Amino acid sequence: MTEAWNQNLLYLALLLGLSLPLGTFMAKALEGNRTFLHPLLRPLERGLYHLAGVQEDEDMGWKAYAWSITLIKVIGLGAVFLLMRTQASLPLNPEHQANAATDLSFNTAVSFVTNTNWQAYSGETTLSYLTQMLGLTVQNFLSAATGLAVLMALIRGITRRSATGLGNAWVDLTRSTLYILLPLSLVFALFLVSQGVIQNVSAYVHTAGGQVLAMGPAASQVAIKMLGTNGGGFFGANGAHPFENSTPLCNFAQTLAILLIPAALCITFGRLVKDRRQGWALLAAMTLIFTGALAVCTQAEVRGNPALTRLGVDQVASQAPDAEQPGGNMEGKEVRFGPGPSALWATATTAASSGSVNALHDSFTPLGGLVPMWLMQLGEVVFGGVGSGLYGMLMFVLVAVFIGGLMVGRTPEYLGKKVEAFDMKMASIAILLPCAAVLIGTAISVLNAGAVGSVSNPGPHGFSQILYAWSSAANNNGSAFGGLSVNTPFYNYGLAVAMVLGRFGVFWPVLALAGSLVQKKHTPQGLGTLPTHTPLFVGVLIGVVLLVGALTFIPALALGPIAEHLALR
Amino acid sequence: MNLQLRPAFVSFLALSAITGLGYPLLVTGLAKALFPRQADGSLIRREGRVLGSEWIGQSFTSPGDFWGRPSATVDANGKPLPCNGANSGGSNLAPSNADLHRAISARIAALRAADPDTSGPVPVDLVTSSASGLDPQISPAGAAYQVHRVARARGLDEAVVRGLVRTHTERPQFGVLGESRVNVLKLNLALEALQAR
Repeated sequence: MTEAWNQNLLYLALLLGLSLPLGTFMAKALEGNRTFLHPLLRPLERGLYHLAGVQEDEDMGWKAYAWSITLIKVIGLGAVFLLMRTQASLPLNPEHQANAATDLSFNTAVSFVTNTNWQAYSGETTLSYLTQMLGLTVQNFLSAATGLAVLMALIRGITRRSATGLGNAWVDLTRSTLYILLPLSLVFALFLVSQGVIQNVSAYVHTAGGQVLAMGPAASQVAIKMLGTNGGGFFGANGAHPFENSTPLCNFAQTLAILLIPAALCITFGRLVKDRRQGWALLAAMTLIFTGALAVCTQAEVRGNPALTRLGVDQVASQAPDAEQPGGNMEGKEVRFGPGPSALWATATTAASSGSVNALHDSFTPLGGLVPMWLMQLGEVVFGGVGSGLYGMLMFVLVAVFIGGLMVGRTPEYLGKKVEAFDMKMASIAILLPCAAVLIGTAISVLNAGAVGSVSNPGPHGFSQILYAWSSAANNNGSAFGGLSVNTPFYNYGLAVAMVLGRFGVFWPVLALAGSLVQKKHTPQGLGTLPTHTPLFVGVLIGVVLLVGALTFIPALALGPIAEHLALR
Repeated sequence: MNLQLRPAFVSFLALSAITGLGYPLLVTGLAKALFPRQADGSLIRREGRVLGSEWIGQSFTSPGDFWGRPSATVDANGKPLPCNGANSGGSNLAPSNADLHRAISARIAALRAADPDTSGPVPVDLVTSSASGLDPQISPAGAAYQVHRVARARGLDEAVVRGLVRTHTERPQFGVLGESRVNVLKLNLALEALQAR
């Protein structure tokens, strides 16, 4: 337990420590100010604009901005779909992977375009290296970059006064990719290789003993998979595969990479709205919810599975010389990580919209598995996805400000902008659409005999598998209770719809809201203004997030993990 | 909206070329130059033949070898094939699933049958399947549990085997990160080398 918490505390300290310099850097880069990378990358950036016919200083209204983002996603969807359908006749396919089925190709294309990275397939048995690189790695970058772009548009909506333009979507996308995602990924990928993550385009290795070892350009994809809160594994076992996540240091760095950009964006936000305390307040609210969730998950996994002790299994962690063992719930976990770092990863990956795993959530204890499920259901606003986490959290901020305004009987305002009926409608849609998709999708599945047939574990856990799948898809997470057989037309198409709702159904209202805010005048702070940087407001914000999450999902959670917990002894 | 078609297609193609071809191939080139062994899978070779990878567990079943973590991987037809390095994955069994309890009981029985002299609770990592199905390591406790069996089968002194386990034990990195662990393939190769001398 102590060992697990030493790592957890080190993690939190490094996360907060690193988010300060990175957040400051991102604020500069996204605003187009000069950074140390400009001598190298600025010519490339200008060349891209020239080629694409983009006027750098041309502003877009919210509709043009939203269409641009939608357009590049639809093009990306088509590209991934076509690559998967034709990979057998394309180069870089040493294992002669066949063309993927239509429903699987569609599901995977939607999944990677929406930053979900839900995987109904296993990489090493299904995809060519070309599909992994030119299809999936590209979407790992672009889906994260679109998250950053939408966030930038929302921030401009808050900071600009009596204007209409929210910035230029192509410029935001290009800057996010070139100055932030690409350099970080390049450095991180090389670090991963140094630790043992593979990077090659060779055919699979056949050993003298007849074992076949899957190969491929893993490190380059894993780097952006982690930094861009994508989470799609190069291999089926994702971050549990030793070729994808080797040493404990490698694991720790990857866990840090999950939340690094989302945490740093709070700092970026504070700088861009010219009031750093606003960023710190959001970061504080996120960190507090995260730490609570982490405590529950760590405790549950370190304690182990009560049913196994009876069978004669020793689950007590030991540091006795020559008899050290991790103990805890080790089904579906790797020895080099143990239950503590596995719980940390599970909490981080679902607080963010990563969905990568280094242990199998399906085999977590009931309470250990409840934590990731619930974090997704909160809308992944606790750090959340790159860009999407913060714009999601800002929707909750508006609700919190609104409730605060109701209490004192004043028109609510946030950072000098009045929050009115239209704005609240958009914020509510952005918050409630994914919730509705989770519950309705789960309800349809349990009423459908074929969909229930995909369940692999009996009892309440089977229900948890279905609930987890819809929570993951509608919130663009991508992790799974993996025993559920989801490579069926019902789940491939159904979950794809949920993923689309969870991404497009959120960024459209967010951009509409930004378009409304940007037109408003600045309202000077008055006596009745609710300050949004105080501990009191942090408390109100946490309360709103938890209340919405709890009221919406506790009945469903009671039927799944809570029932399983009470029955397991 | 029409106006955005050109920037959309051109930006997509250009960024695809940069992030989908330039970036992965640059990483491949740099990785081959800087860390060639790791980039190719940290393979263990002997006399030109590839014996395996230090990162990928193998299925050992003879009493004279240390056994690794149970593996739930399957072959292309869905039939069990432990430690299939071309199809990673775990059992996904729920903690409440009776199939899990039965599988663990069977593994405990197998360990006891192979070594009736060793009793007591079995370290959890020896009887639970790993997440990847390719876990290359076991805990030092899991190795200690097997020392008696391995030593007897190979006709070695227990103290010698125990010493070998100790020299193959990796501690948590920097004293904090991860768990103590023993690489099973390297340990078994060291046992063979010891007897070949």
